[in-house]
Amino acid sequence: MTDTAPPVLDIRNLRVEYPLANGHTLTAVKNIDLVIRPGEIHALVGESGAGKTTVGNALMGLLQAPGKIVSGSIAIAGKPIDLRTGRTEGIVPGRDVGAIFQDPMTSLNPLFTVESQLCEGMLAHLKLSSKETKARALDLLKAVGLPEPERRLGSYPHQLSGGQRQRVVIATALACGPKLIVADEPTTALDVSVQAQILKLIRDLADERGVGVLLVTHNMGVVAEIADRVTIMQNGAVVESGSTREVLTTPRAAYARTLIAAVPPIETRLERLPVPSEETQVTLDARAAVRRKSTKSETGSRDDIVLSVRDLAVEYGGHSLIPGRKASVFKAVKGVSFDVRRGEILGLVGESGCGKTTVANTIAGLVTQSSGTIDFLSTVLGAKREKSVRKSLQMVFQDPYSALNPRLRINAAIAEPILFYKLASNADEARQDARTLLEAVGLPADAGARFSHAFSGGQRQRIAIARALGPRPSLLICDEPTSALDVSVQAQLLNLLKDLRDLAGLSMLFISHDLAVIRQMCDRIAVMKAGEIVELADTEALFTAPKHEYTKELLRLAPSLDRILSRQSASE
Amino acid sequence: MIRLLSVRLLQAVLVMLAVAAIAFVMFRFVGDPVASMVREGATQAEKDTLRVALGLDRPVLVQFVNFVGQVLTGDLGTSFRYQQPVTSLLLSRLPATLELVVVATVLALAVGIPLGVLCALKPNSFLSRLTQATTLVGISMPTFVTGLLLILIFAVNLRWLPSSGRGDLVDLGLWQTGFLSLSGLKSLILPSITLALFQLTLIMRLVRSEMIDVLSSDYIRFAFARGLPRAYIYRRLALRNALMPVVTVTGLQIGQLIAFAIVTETVFQWPGMGLLFTNAVGYPDVPVLAAYLLFVGFLFVMINMIVDILYTFIDPRLRTR
Repeated sequence: MTDTAPPVLDIRNLRVEYPLANGHTLTAVKNIDLVIRPGEIHALVGESGAGKTTVGNALMGLLQAPGKIVSGSIAIAGKPIDLRTGRTEGIVPGRDVGAIFQDPMTSLNPLFTVESQLCEGMLAHLKLSSKETKARALDLLKAVGLPEPERRLGSYPHQLSGGQRQRVVIATALACGPKLIVADEPTTALDVSVQAQILKLIRDLADERGVGVLLVTHNMGVVAEIADRVTIMQNGAVVESGSTREVLTTPRAAYARTLIAAVPPIETRLERLPVPSEETQVTLDARAAVRRKSTKSETGSRDDIVLSVRDLAVEYGGHSLIPGRKASVFKAVKGVSFDVRRGEILGLVGESGCGKTTVANTIAGLVTQSSGTIDFLSTVLGAKREKSVRKSLQMVFQDPYSALNPRLRINAAIAEPILFYKLASNADEARQDARTLLEAVGLPADAGARFSHAFSGGQRQRIAIARALGPRPSLLICDEPTSALDVSVQAQLLNLLKDLRDLAGLSMLFISHDLAVIRQMCDRIAVMKAGEIVELADTEALFTAPKHEYTKELLRLAPSLDRILSRQSASE
Repeated sequence: MIRLLSVRLLQAVLVMLAVAAIAFVMFRFVGDPVASMVREGATQAEKDTLRVALGLDRPVLVQFVNFVGQVLTGDLGTSFRYQQPVTSLLLSRLPATLELVVVATVLALAVGIPLGVLCALKPNSFLSRLTQATTLVGISMPTFVTGLLLILIFAVNLRWLPSSGRGDLVDLGLWQTGFLSLSGLKSLILPSITLALFQLTLIMRLVRSEMIDVLSSDYIRFAFARGLPRAYIYRRLALRNALMPVVTVTGLQIGQLIAFAIVTETVFQWPGMGLLFTNAVGYPDVPVLAAYLLFVGFLFVMINMIVDILYTFIDPRLRTR
């Protein structure tokens, strides 16, 4: 790894444009420079739409049809790419540039075996015999640390877990011995513990094989964990570039500073996360209006228990066509008990498949429990629910893109539940309420006349929150409300949710896999594992003195900007 | 796999029993079988003898069990109209319909799949636009219009092909085939094109939309990122995924075609089961109708089962359970 070796990637003054239907052009990437040396991991960071994925696609020759490289040069391992054809003499995508995609669940073809998908690239590029290819495939699976590699060769993707699939994807990327790997959000779809393993694997591969890695990500923790250098992009342009330590500890550009500040810290709890634009007077007035309406309907003190869940168990399956035989049962939730007090935010954390979403869905009435009771505002919730109960219990879903009806104007979408629960005497009053709610979540009131596709992910999630607040609920269930959003948008939304809680003694059940977010949001936290709550404690107690082994493990694995940086500076 | 099969078989038996019950009710209660069988002016005594001989005096349940028993031994009763066993009647007509349907399906698949792929890969090429436009006309035109047009052009004006019948048949024992004589093959052309047209359009459009979906999927992008040859990606990786729903639709369509090739068979005077059925409706020949109902039910159950089994071979995700 000497500086005299030619860089594996050398991008100079790259400009990518997309011609638009109205005759204008959208410049996705504006004159960026990027150099990666052998064995170096270079992170490309930015929010969605910053153009970071476009850079990766440009150098792999994967730009979507109208998009084209307008100017600049890309050289891979010292060989320049022909900008007109997008090809390089002597450089083949797949052989010299490997790719790792974001979602291991969808990047493997479901109809073909691991062996077939691993070998097809080698057969196409390396001209090996099928016997040599198979031996090599086996070596690769061993190198990426897949357990039982011999057996796994014959497996189909659906027989592997997400982490195992991502290992297969990495093995495929490495198959032909590339000099450069483009990893586009390689761990975003994975749990923390798996994420840690995959990141270590990528770091080791870079060190041992001298492969250069372009790591496209929005996660600052991931950057701090493995990247040597980092480039921050905004609106297609580079705003800051340098060594990871420098950029993360002493960012110079204003945008870089806000982006890094918006990352929720796991070490401390902040009253509010720093965001560029704070609430306007309009927003505050609207919130006051919402508060007046809510307090009219609310009575009771802060210590009241709003929701009480006892020995909740949920099973899936169990129906068999053959009478007298019981089919296998999957116990998603096994005897979970907790309370939520008025005005409290209770966090539910755990890895995917631990049953946290099932708990939320059961409380919301979308799934029926097999045993256990749910008391909500002193009424026992059964499968069939009173209108008043459904009104007081609202939900915000993970994906804001599919949570809104695309054929409904925003005003109508928010007014619908208000009218349904007869909280407004006529349609005009409901629309007025909808406008107030939009202002309260920080959107302009005239946004209501538009359809959901006119809004960004963060704005849509605000709309979803406004819609949930319409029926004046006592309990808001938020299922991963920010995991589909960028950090700065996430910071704004977390602040918003906190404000709303303070508004009207609103209680929340807040579900997330992100411990830093949980720490910022919640008063108490329940840690779930395999359908059970292993630890339930006050937030500060849980983070400072975790009792259960699993909690300690989760805390240890969670990527943390500050911890990594302080560790690095200590070792220097 | 074995469990899946046995569950499927059990379901098939239940469905067939339900169909048999409907057929039985039709047989027994739609019109009085005795009244339609005896000659005019028969005495009450003659009618009663026939009633006893047919077993119609016994309890309904016993009759049903007998009916099912008869069906299982291949006895579907005697046609009122032809005074022949319905089973042999059906069997004599079955080859005509099956040959027609097989040719039509092969035609639809052989033309529909490549055209669908072409339309997905090169949506703006002249050929795809032409295909899209013509198939739209093809799907909106009723079968009898297409059939009559074809007859007008190729049989009446050009005199290239026969307009009706099956041509010369070669007897293979139980099966009379039109595949082995020139006139038999020529007779197949027009009716099979008529029958295939709708199916072809359906398959073409299905393959096109599935292929477009599959091509935008991550695993195909990943295949491109690995620099695999284009032809390999399209032909092997993408097409196989795109063909999954085509299996289901083709299966159901074959059932549809066999059961309801009626219009085409009428237009071309094709001596198949559709023609038998239309004649039976007009007469009304209740045993033939009931047998037809049973046959169609059986056909669909079998086809669904075969499609399910095929699926487990194509899609590994269904194999593990």
